Amino acid sequence: MWALLIRDLILAFRSGGGAVTALLFYLAVVVAMPFAVGPDTNLLATIGGATLWIGALLAGLLGLDRLFQADNEDGSLDQMMIAPIPLPAQVFLKCVTHWLTTGLPLTLIAPVFGLMLGMDSISIGASMATLFVGTPAISFIGAVGAAVTVSLPRGGLLLSVLVLPLCIPVLIFGVGAVRASVTEPDPFLPPFLLVTAISLFFSILGPFAAAQALRYGSD
Amino acid sequence: MKLVVENLSVVRGEDQIFSALSFDIKAGQALIIRGANGVGKSSLLRALAGLLVPASGEIRLDDRDAEFADVPLGELCHYLGNDNAMKGAMSVQENLHFWQNFAGQPHLDIDDALDMVGLDGLQTVPFSHLSTGQRRRIGIARLLVSYRPVWLLDEPVSGLDAQSEDQFSQLMKAHLEEDGIIVVATHVPLGLDQAVQLNMDEASQPPGQGNT
Repeated sequence: MWALLIRDLILAFRSGGGAVTALLFYLAVVVAMPFAVGPDTNLLATIGGATLWIGALLAGLLGLDRLFQADNEDGSLDQMMIAPIPLPAQVFLKCVTHWLTTGLPLTLIAPVFGLMLGMDSISIGASMATLFVGTPAISFIGAVGAAVTVSLPRGGLLLSVLVLPLCIPVLIFGVGAVRASVTEPDPFLPPFLLVTAISLFFSILGPFAAAQALRYGSD
Repeated sequence: MKLVVENLSVVRGEDQIFSALSFDIKAGQALIIRGANGVGKSSLLRALAGLLVPASGEIRLDDRDAEFADVPLGELCHYLGNDNAMKGAMSVQENLHFWQNFAGQPHLDIDDALDMVGLDGLQTVPFSHLSTGQRRRIGIARLLVSYRPVWLLDEPVSGLDAQSEDQFSQLMKAHLEEDGIIVVATHVPLGLDQAVQLNMDEASQPPGQGNT
């Protein structure tokens, strides 16, 4: 069963894999922000958490359309469906791989981008913490969208339209927690725990929903 | 072991592909599905593999060996479709190694399987560098690295040269001698003399009259 995880990790770093692309896209979004907002360091630092989160969300969505599409195109998906391993478990593993190759690197690089935006150490730490617990939700919610759009040409666009609204709660509480970490007397913990809860909730619902969508799509 | 199909109908979208199809195949027997393009050969194979839910009818495996008593039919099948289910960015060895681990029930060594399809020595070559026929032969090697009693093959020899076709016939015969079951959709003879033939032209309905 771990073979699937290892194979997808290998593929993510080979040619055509999305791991590096997501990071570069994240960098592009964060770098573009000061050009749009202007050279006001205070303002940039204030909206830093929001910038990091928007960038991570968009970069996380970037490679999602290939999550099942690549397997569908070369016939691997058919094999996965008749394999002895339950399909939801396989989807879960693919989501974990997606997070390991996008969400986790995005979280780890966030402090560097936070410094570029002039954020202070507390909000950088808070951003990292919320990204760490929030980005899995993007992978798990996105898997459902990826499964629904698996056989559509240019499904990536539709996927983003489907998945972005569902990710809004993650964004609200993620950015809310970052803001609360530096503004008294707002508490950091409640929004942070809510983000965690959303991730955990979708880590169960997402794989089952995506597996069901894949089965319908295979007809 | 016996693969039984009773009164099977498959509907895709609005169209009835075929209806009331019944047959059974015993262990050690092959079934060759023939018929014009679009008659539903691939749909039948996908339905047998469990990839396509039939509109009505039943597919089951009777008189199973004790070790397969409670296993769903799909997990007892090797399905070789139009695509070979291999990743171009990985080497032949990595691809086959993955499928062996993933499908379980290891059968032949990867080196032996490659030898059987006449491609020994290509282990480290990326799959994307291979020719169409070679890719197909790697796809066939996947059938050998894990054991499945039932082989469902959709145009297995497309892109193969005459010599590889012979080689593949030998592999199929060997599988039948081990009491396997083969269902194959094809237009070429394949050299399976004992095989049961199923002509789907009779079972299918001409397009346009599907759901009247």
